[in-house]
This record gives sequence, C-alpha cells and structure tokens, in this order.
Amino acid sequence: MSSRFPARFLALGLIAALCGCQRENRQDWNKPHARAVPATSPDTIFPGGAAVPPLDARAASFEGNAHVIARGQQLFATMNCSGCHSHGGGGMGPALMDDKWLYGGRIDQIAASIMEGRPNGMPSWRGKLTDQQMWQLAAYVRSLSGQVRKDAVSARADEVSNTPPQTQVKREPVLPADGPQ
Amino acid sequence: MTLRGAAWALLAILPGGCAGAQNALGGEGAEGSNFVQLFTVFMIVCAVMYVLITAGLLIALWRRRQPLTVEDRRHHETSSAIRPALIGWTALVVAGLTALTVASFFTDRSNAANSASPKLSLTVTANQWWWDVEYQSADASRTVHTANEIHLPVGVPAQVTLKSNDVIHSLWIPNLAGKQDLIPGRVTDIQFVPRKTGNYRGQCAEFCGIQHTLMALDVTVESKADFQRWYEAQLKPAPPPATPQQLAGYRYFATRECSSCHNIGGTPASGQIAPDLTHFASRRSIAAGTLPMTRANLARWVADPQAVKKGNNMPTIGMTDAEVDSVVSYLETLK
Repeated sequence: MSSRFPARFLALGLIAALCGCQRENRQDWNKPHARAVPATSPDTIFPGGAAVPPLDARAASFEGNAHVIARGQQLFATMNCSGCHSHGGGGMGPALMDDKWLYGGRIDQIAASIMEGRPNGMPSWRGKLTDQQMWQLAAYVRSLSGQVRKDAVSARADEVSNTPPQTQVKREPVLPADGPQ
Repeated sequence: MTLRGAAWALLAILPGGCAGAQNALGGEGAEGSNFVQLFTVFMIVCAVMYVLITAGLLIALWRRRQPLTVEDRRHHETSSAIRPALIGWTALVVAGLTALTVASFFTDRSNAANSASPKLSLTVTANQWWWDVEYQSADASRTVHTANEIHLPVGVPAQVTLKSNDVIHSLWIPNLAGKQDLIPGRVTDIQFVPRKTGNYRGQCAEFCGIQHTLMALDVTVESKADFQRWYEAQLKPAPPPATPQQLAGYRYFATRECSSCHNIGGTPASGQIAPDLTHFASRRSIAAGTLPMTRANLARWVADPQAVKKGNNMPTIGMTDAEVDSVVSYLETLK
C-alpha cells in the first residue's frame, strides 16, 4: 500500500488501452453488398490462360475475421455443406482441408465457386444465400485448411469429429499458387 | 434527472411488473399458485420476525446501556426474567425455521404430484434468439410445428421437453411456472398445469447474447375446445396464394433466400433452421416478441431485420419495395 499503487493502476490501464488498438470490425448489421456480378470472374481456369485478376476489395473485411468465420461455420452446418464435403474432409464433393483448389483457393475465388456453382454437383447459391453469407462461408472454408489467423478460428468444432480442432490445423500450401494469399 | 428523481421513477415503475402478462404472483398455473402460497407463508413468518427483532433493537436503544459494576453483572445474569425470555426466543426461531422447511417440503411434493400425469407433451428448443416449438403426437402426421408461441389447454398438465441448439437459455413463464435452463447437448424438462385462461408472456431468463431481451414467447392458455380448434388449424397446410401480388410474394419466398431457412407447410419452402412460418400470421408477434403483428411491422422486419434486431441470423437481403410488399402480402395470408 504505497505510492506505487496508482502507478500500477496506470500501467494496467495503459495495457488495457492497447487491447483496443486492433478491434475486430463486425459487419453484420451493415447494408447488404451490392448484388453485382463481377466483371471478371476470379477463376484461374481460363481457356488459353488469361491473367489472374487482382484480389477482390471485399476480401480484407472477411479474411481472418473471427465473427465472420463463426457465422460461416454455422452456415456450413445449417446449409448442409457437410452433406458432400463432409466437415472439410470431402466425400461426394472435394475435400476442403487439403492443398488442392480446383477453382482457386483465394477467398474471392471460393466465394465465386459458392455463388456460381461448379460442374459435377456444386449448386449455385446465388439468390439462396445473400452475398454476405456466401463470403462468410468462403472465410470459413479458408480456415479449414489453416489459411487464417489461429486467434480467429473456433477451438471447438460443433460436430462430432475425429479431426483436431481448427486452432491446431496445419497450414496447407494453396495450389495452384496464384496471386496474393 | 437527479438520483432521487430516478429512484422515485423506478419505484413508480416497479409495481407495473406485478400485474398482467408477466406476473409471478398471479397463480395462473398450479406451480405458480403453490409458489404464491409458499411466498405468503414466508412473507408472514419473516414479517413477524422482522417486527420482533426491530422492536427488540429499538427497546435496547431506548433503554441504553446502564453502567454496570461486577456485582450488578452477577445479579443481571441470574435475573429471573432474562433466562426464560432467551429460551422462548430460541424456541421461536427453531419453530419458525421448522415451519418454513415443512412448508417448502410440501410445496415441492405438490409440484411433483402435478407433473405425475402429463396429458400433453411438447418440445421447446431455444435458439439465438427465438423458440422452436413442437407438439408431439403418437401419430406423426398430427405433430404440430410452430415457433415463438405455445398454446395450452386450461387444466391439462403439459410436459415440456427443453433443448437448446446453441448456448444456455432459460425458459420462464412467470404466470405458470419456471424457470428452467435449456442446455445445449442435454435434455431438461418443465411441467405446466395452467389454471386460468389468458395471454401470458414467457421470457428467456438466462443471458444468451446481445438480443437476449428480444427473446420472448407468447403463451395462450385457452379452453380445451379452443385449443383443439387451434391445434386442428395448425395441422393444415398453408393456404394457397389468392391474388397476383400474393402469388408474386409466394414465388419470391419459395425461390429466393427465404426458403433456404424457413419452412411453410404445403409449399416447396422447406428450410428447417429458422422459425416455421406455416401459420405465421395467426401469431401475436414477430421475431420472438420483438414487434406486434401488424402489416407495417412485418414490412419493416422483412425489409431489414438487422435494423430491428441486430445480429440475429436473418440477413438483410436488400429487397426492392415491391418485393417486400408482395412477400408481406403473402405472409399475411398464412393464418
């Protein structure tokens, strides 16, 4: 109980204030994204091989955002994505936790796959989910192969699972390696 | 407002909680009325003891302490008046506590007896932030699925199975009984024996997220005949759209985002993760007691649910005014 006491509180206050520096931004109560079909599809599969378009500007606000990933995780279960993709391990549909990305592994490319649908069974979710929800799903799908910050993913899977929790998933290299990750 | 002003305002508001749709002292349910009896016994015993103790303290303060010598103290301890008074006081405390224990025991026994013969069984599943309700029947085709409302026939014991899909919630219908927690991955239950008809309000009583306040349950206790009529109506599929506008709304609902989550019986809309809307327009409120059921409120909710109840799972789609209008026209037909 000395004069050092207020100084300690001041130091604690300063540390607490530091925590406010990188506050995650939640977007859920914003207006929906403009429903616009992108001029160039972010796919990397083009006949003749075209240049890879730059990363969508929306990626920054979805990638690695804990709230967005949690929402995506919820949608992944409720929209029955696991019916084909299992809980990332794949089944009828391709695995989502490995390093192979048939239509690109960038968040905007995954969102485009969900939005447009893909041959051999992947349905188009355009008009069934909002753009925001599809981007949330894409953010979660990215986390399945360990692409996002460990402090943003859930340490607990909602399903009965024999895979390690997401905080312990090894980061897979994204193939084909295209553009900024 | 000054602190004193705020205190007076609070005192003025508080009695408002004692009457109406959310009243724990009304005794409209068997468990509720048992509780009221127990509460009355406790109130009387505690009030008597409070008065006695306060009186004793006041007398002691008034008489003040006498300067005592050693001789006086010895005399005091052996005084004939204080010993029987102390014995009597101890006996009074023991008797009071015993009476309260016996009263609680019999209240518990009586509540347990209420639940021995349930006639109606339903499951209430809590979600952030709404209630999913299912009335079970041995005949699967007579199972009723609804949301955010329960109807109970008066005098019939109802066994309610409680589940949760996400976090811990708690079901409290003050007029009937409660509370009981709903815990994810675990099944709990509660019994209601409603004794008086009326419209009551249930409420989530365990903080469950930012919209915990807007998680209410409309409870209707009605006569057996009325309940049967309601039940039969709930079993029917939704009526087909009649006007071109309703048809447009129906088409939007069945083909767009709405049907990914919502179910409307008898239509292709068969999502299972959001409130069942088959007889939506027959309910008293929208979005778990968030807004009263009116056309204007419905339009407000459909157009931008995130502005009304921030953070809930229903997204703001960005519909045009015409789309909102047609969907609301269709939803209004779902009586």
